[in-house]
Amino acid sequence: MWLIRASVRRRGLVAALALLGAVHGAVLLAGFLAPYDPAEQDRRHPYAPPGVAGCEPGPCPVRWFVRDAAGRPRLFAVDAPARIFVLGSDQYGRDQLARLLHGGRVSLAAGLLAAALSLGLGWIAGAVAGYRGGWLDAVLMRASEFFVALPWLYLLFAVRAFLPLEVPPETALLLIAAIIGLAGWARPARLVRGVVLSAKERGYVLAARGFGASHFHILRRHVLPQTVGVALTQAALLVPQYVLAEVTLSFLGLGVGEPVASWGNMLAALAQYHVLVSYWWMVLPGVAMVPVFLGYLSLAGAVIESRDSIGL
Amino acid sequence: MTWVRATLFACVVLPAAAAAQNLATASEPGSRGGRLVCAQRAEPKTLNPVLASDIASREVIHRMMGDLVHINRGTHATEPALATHWTISPDGRRFTLRLRRGVRFSDGHPFDADDVLFTFEVYLDPQLHSPQRDLLMVAGKPLSVRKQDSHTVVFETAAPYAPAERLFDSIAMLPRHLLEKPYREGRLAKVWNLNTPPAEIAGLGPFRLKEYAAGQHVVLERNPYYWKVDRAGTRLPYLDALLFVFVSGEDAQIMRFEAGETDVIGRVGARNFAALEKGQGGRGYALRDLGPSLEYNFLAFNLNDLAGRNLPRVEARQAWFREERFRQAVSAAVDREAIVKLVYGGHGTALWGHVTPGNRNWVHPGLATPPRSLDRARGLLKSAGYSWDGQGTLVDPGGSKVEFTIAASSSSAERGQIAAVVQEDLRQVGMRVRVVPLEFRALLDRLFQSRDFDAVLLGLGGGDADPAAEMNVWLSGGGTHLWDLGRTRPATPWEAEIDSLMNRQLITMRVAERKRLYARVQELVGAYLPVVPLASPHVLVGAKTGLGNFRPAVLDHYTLWNVEELYWRGRAAAGSR
Repeated sequence: MWLIRASVRRRGLVAALALLGAVHGAVLLAGFLAPYDPAEQDRRHPYAPPGVAGCEPGPCPVRWFVRDAAGRPRLFAVDAPARIFVLGSDQYGRDQLARLLHGGRVSLAAGLLAAALSLGLGWIAGAVAGYRGGWLDAVLMRASEFFVALPWLYLLFAVRAFLPLEVPPETALLLIAAIIGLAGWARPARLVRGVVLSAKERGYVLAARGFGASHFHILRRHVLPQTVGVALTQAALLVPQYVLAEVTLSFLGLGVGEPVASWGNMLAALAQYHVLVSYWWMVLPGVAMVPVFLGYLSLAGAVIESRDSIGL
Repeated sequence: MTWVRATLFACVVLPAAAAAQNLATASEPGSRGGRLVCAQRAEPKTLNPVLASDIASREVIHRMMGDLVHINRGTHATEPALATHWTISPDGRRFTLRLRRGVRFSDGHPFDADDVLFTFEVYLDPQLHSPQRDLLMVAGKPLSVRKQDSHTVVFETAAPYAPAERLFDSIAMLPRHLLEKPYREGRLAKVWNLNTPPAEIAGLGPFRLKEYAAGQHVVLERNPYYWKVDRAGTRLPYLDALLFVFVSGEDAQIMRFEAGETDVIGRVGARNFAALEKGQGGRGYALRDLGPSLEYNFLAFNLNDLAGRNLPRVEARQAWFREERFRQAVSAAVDREAIVKLVYGGHGTALWGHVTPGNRNWVHPGLATPPRSLDRARGLLKSAGYSWDGQGTLVDPGGSKVEFTIAASSSSAERGQIAAVVQEDLRQVGMRVRVVPLEFRALLDRLFQSRDFDAVLLGLGGGDADPAAEMNVWLSGGGTHLWDLGRTRPATPWEAEIDSLMNRQLITMRVAERKRLYARVQELVGAYLPVVPLASPHVLVGAKTGLGNFRPAVLDHYTLWNVEELYWRGRAAAGSR
């Protein structure tokens, strides 16, 4: 409820949530919004600029709410053999809009899953370390220091390189999320631990303990709620960071493989000079990441402000 | 006189070449002066021709060194160089070479037969591990060399070797007066490195070392003692200097060339070539598409004997890969023209055999080139007992879905792109293919060590045009028989026939007969498809428009092979540089 109340008060939060909602909604509805499948090659039109290709003699009116050859509903299309490429096509004549939206599923899903994993592990480890203290705290914190000090991107490269060759795209996505998430638990754990250390010494916690409340009850009722704000802020910061990690891995060929789209393997084309200087629409996946990052970072800022205002 | 003619009349002792004081017959007389700036992707590792194995080192060294017999990159035939002519004994084992008289090293010291003997002693020394040593072994034994007189040397091979003259190309003649002492003292591997003073390095090539600046450039200057002259009697080379600047990465090289900072660019990628074409008119450079290179890209399935390697998954799939109709179906399903269009932007050639049209002397012109046909592919698979399930996935006779991986080097964008096209083509006949980009060393490790791969996309054939260069690839026991390494005997009758044909062509002295034998090899490869040939990239180069005698070739040393003949047209051009 506090989040809703805060959102009413704070335009930034509303705007960030609206932006993220739009991006995630578009990505979820990729199959409907995009006129073609992301892996479908149209070898007649490699690197077609945005517009309608193969429209001869024309005209080629855009038709709304249509069904494709396989009977799937699409928001818009043009009559074959013409093709509509709203964001142009890539080297194989694949629709960039379809790949951008479907690729967003992979990149955002990897970011969200990895953030959830990092946060979940970090929350548990931080809460246990902070509340229990003693040798367990020392072990967990030394481990967290080790993980914070790790050059995680290189660690990801190394771990990904050891994985078997034959990994289906779905498994690859889960593996990437797992690797990124496992490598990133330390920072949220240390932040949660700090909050727990502070919370467990507060008067009402000591009172609850004096009245004979169990450790589980104290943690659940009095301590962990104090960490929600930190966890939400961390989540808003970790998601874009992990989206970028997935993009980096896929850019370097270590993420999901072709023909499955991700923002990273779409951007890989830009590593070639001729693409960079000749086909401006190939830059669009990079541009698409900007609102996502802005949205999440604005969300993190708004959550911090909300925490301050409502005392979380 | 060409290698072709020399071998045609091998049964008689034959003076091989035109006297050939002047070899630049196809070239226009030029004018002296100016320098040429070329980009190199890496710094040379050494200036020692005996040990150089990297492209960057060889590129510089070959401009400073001379060889006895040279392969003309334009004609693909041998021509006299430091040897003016040669004779071949009737049994094809003994070669008598007459050396050019009056030749001097770049430090002014005369060259004679003792330098030749010393050179081959060094190259054949097993202690030095020269990369060229293997090339000088025939039938497992090294060439023997002896001096007949101060300007005549006799080489003998252990067995007849048809392309023997080609062995002498790129074997740099070494100055005995400079290198014998360090060689006898066991220090040869340590001399002629990048820190050696220029005065201590001498060769018989058109240029000599002037300056090396670490991380920046190598400057070569005109060799005033170079032996070659043009039609007008002017001593070559025309250029005063040759500057190699180090620019890592093709994209950076493209930018430097486009900006006019370098004068020549070789082996441009097809897509970058298209980007350069836009500025061709106004920026003072011209681009050339020389047609197909000798490189052939192919899809190879894992046909290795995997017994004892604990690779059950790959072994199970080998039942598909060993089926000829399966490989033929893959070949029929692949859209080679799409590869040419999408990957090479039209600057490539579709292949149905392993010899590219760029190898004009040896390509089999009658080789079948069937167009892509999904119906034929499905028919072949059906005849081999394959079927399709409800989702259209191909199912083998045992009921397993046909799924496999294609590994490709992550360092080659073009091969990754070819793999993506093949992946989509094979999907259309129900095969589920995953493309796996692998770091090149990891890929080689899987090919040569673990053999843990299903299929791999590779390219071969950047060396010499002669079929002898392909022996290691096509013999069953060859070290580059990548799809089935380590065989002691051929696995099938048609592979036994390929072995026999390759061995016979190597010792057959009649060129027409060699061509017939090698054409049959191409037919067998095209029919049984131990590898599925896909496409050959074109050799794409560029140079400033003012550069005279620029005659790039599809063989190695693509742009600078005739560097001694290059010159800047017009005084202004020369003077400005």
